Amino acid sequence: MKVAVLKGGRSLERGVSLRSGARVEDALGRLGHEVLPLEADGELVKRLNEERPDVAFVAMHGPGGEDGTAQELLEILGIPFTGPGVAACARCMDKVLAKHDLRAAGVPTPDWFAFNETAFRELGAADALGGLEQRLGFPLVVKPSRGGSALGVRFAESWFDVPEALVSAFSYDDRVLLERFVDGRELAVSVLGGEALPVVEAIPREGDSYDFEARYEIGRTDFVCPAQLGEPESAAVIEAALGAYEALGCSGFSRVDLILAADGPQVLEVNAIPGLTDTSLLPQAAEAAGMSFEQLVERILDLALAPASA
Amino acid sequence: MPDPPHRRRAHARSSDLERYAGLFAERTRVMRSSAMRDLMAVTARPDVISLAGGLPDTSTFPPQTFAAQMTRIAQESAAEALQYGPTEGFRETVDCIVEVMGAEGMLPDPEDVIVTTGGQQAIDLICKALVDPGDAVICEAPTYPGAIPVFCSYQADTIQIECDGEGMRIEELEATLERLDAEGRKPKLIYTVPSFQNPAGVTMSLERRRRLVELARSRELLVVEDSPYGLLRFGGEALPPLYQLDGGDFVIYIGTFSKILSPGIRLGWAVTPPPVMEKVVLGKQASDLCTSTLTQYFVREYFRDGNWREYVESLAVIYRERRDAMLEALAKHFPAQASWTEPEGGLFIWATLPPYIDTSDLLAKALRENVAFVPGQAAYVDGRGRNSMRLNFSAGSADEIREGIRRIGKVVGEQVELYSALTGEATEVAAQPEGAPADEAENVLPFRKAEGE
Repeated sequence: MKVAVLKGGRSLERGVSLRSGARVEDALGRLGHEVLPLEADGELVKRLNEERPDVAFVAMHGPGGEDGTAQELLEILGIPFTGPGVAACARCMDKVLAKHDLRAAGVPTPDWFAFNETAFRELGAADALGGLEQRLGFPLVVKPSRGGSALGVRFAESWFDVPEALVSAFSYDDRVLLERFVDGRELAVSVLGGEALPVVEAIPREGDSYDFEARYEIGRTDFVCPAQLGEPESAAVIEAALGAYEALGCSGFSRVDLILAADGPQVLEVNAIPGLTDTSLLPQAAEAAGMSFEQLVERILDLALAPASA
Repeated sequence: MPDPPHRRRAHARSSDLERYAGLFAERTRVMRSSAMRDLMAVTARPDVISLAGGLPDTSTFPPQTFAAQMTRIAQESAAEALQYGPTEGFRETVDCIVEVMGAEGMLPDPEDVIVTTGGQQAIDLICKALVDPGDAVICEAPTYPGAIPVFCSYQADTIQIECDGEGMRIEELEATLERLDAEGRKPKLIYTVPSFQNPAGVTMSLERRRRLVELARSRELLVVEDSPYGLLRFGGEALPPLYQLDGGDFVIYIGTFSKILSPGIRLGWAVTPPPVMEKVVLGKQASDLCTSTLTQYFVREYFRDGNWREYVESLAVIYRERRDAMLEALAKHFPAQASWTEPEGGLFIWATLPPYIDTSDLLAKALRENVAFVPGQAAYVDGRGRNSMRLNFSAGSADEIREGIRRIGKVVGEQVELYSALTGEATEVAAQPEGAPADEAENVLPFRKAEGE
């Protein structure tokens, strides 16, 4: 089978995408497929039209590849592709949209407020920040709405931190959210074809948990898979994760990040196209389920080519 | 299907990585990496005006000169030029080095010179000879970003001393030495770039040069003077190098052909007292046996023509024009809350923004405008420098520099406005969050305020 691997792009996660793509290409080669590595650049559509692959493996992260843009093009070209469809990608990429959908579907997610940059620049929204303390409390977390990694994510311990945190978050997107901080265990549930893989727990060794560096570096965070969870806890976590996957209309595969607090799980975000690098969580979870990376890649391809389901 | 014989089998399982992780040396834990590297990878996009690099301009080096010299080497000494050479370097290369140092008033003993694979290797070899894990190493704040990974890889306890317009603050250095004394410690070396520093662009004053050398001599401390830019002066008085003031007892000198000829030939050097040289030579043998013979032959030929100073002067003219373009653009496009240094030579300007702007985050916004710089944090070991940035003026044309600064000024201006809207305060007197270091507001470097138009 001729498989195009879409990677790179202009997002800040370009480097991660290139690593994911390279690893997928290796696996596809070993599986005996004809591999067509494609940089997501100005030539992309032309190349896809010339080469007409049987399926496209989307190994792009962040805006441009994970937000539905590349998926929309692939739909127009009539090329089947891996991972969630256009709408699910768009919802997952925008944390504010995603949280509205999660809440509407009854999936637990921490309280939040969202602001557009224009609200501060033109509508005097700064005065509305006064309501935050009683509604969300401190510390709170400030995040860009669209951004696939922890870039621009800041904790605000008190009032003094909020303006600076907002300036940082607005460097990445014109919409940000302020979210109640939930203390608990950091978990990631990878979902493959509508089924949850073993849960991964991330235990940071040093510094705060929103350290972008730590996510991609060996030795900065310990990952435990399967996470040590009691039966009821595990059931609640998987229920929340599958609920989030469905609420956002995901298909193929995705990764749900959540916090397990004392009173149950809270979904933080869903990554439509989670990383597939050497240190990424989805491959770790698959491995814990007894799947090699090749088997994982093959399964993802099967899901992309299966008639609309899962 | 058998793998093609030359290809490494990809890691199929994450446990493969865990296996390697268990093998990594302790020193790799402190090496810096990924997030910044990923961000910087984006700065290499062709549509980005990058003020992030540190590349000298090699476009004006005459191709016919290059061709003639390489031809002469091929015709007259092919066999030798393709052979190994002595670890210390060829005597002819050392003669060229003595000539370059002579141009700045130094007279090193040729026996004290070792030719290295770029100035970077000289830093590495000196640390290799001197630094054990946990040893104190002193450098400037900010310091050359490329020195930090070297200090880290030898697991040094790196201590940074603030700079102001006259370079490293010697009182602070003295206080630090006293503190170390009290702990029964002594720094293995004091690393400084005294002329047109990378990244700050500042030059150490004569008074401070004298005091630093006195300190080194009285306390018997080694100072490492890294001087890649000394001859690239376009303003002010030439100041004596530390090496000259000291005479070579306690000052180790690092030089390079990168900024006066070509960084691609990877040719630098170190001048050290003989006992240190012995260890450095052993270290170099272990690292790479010898510096490229071919490029040493190239330098020998190039110096035979005798025009090297004219070429350096022609570079200084180009860089002066570009620096002026950058200073002018900064005054025009950066907001009043920003400040920056005015270097009299070298390749870099250091700009500082209000404390609420993190330049790592700002880089993401700047990249959307297709412009890049180095976030100031890269020049510190301890997370300081968050509101500063390094701007390079040697690599791009004056027009590119003006446009690049205009774009950065735009995103900085937007963040200043946003902060003002968020705090409801006039941005001129930005509120200091409690606990913020006071010296960040009245930054220590001698800054000129934006004058507007």
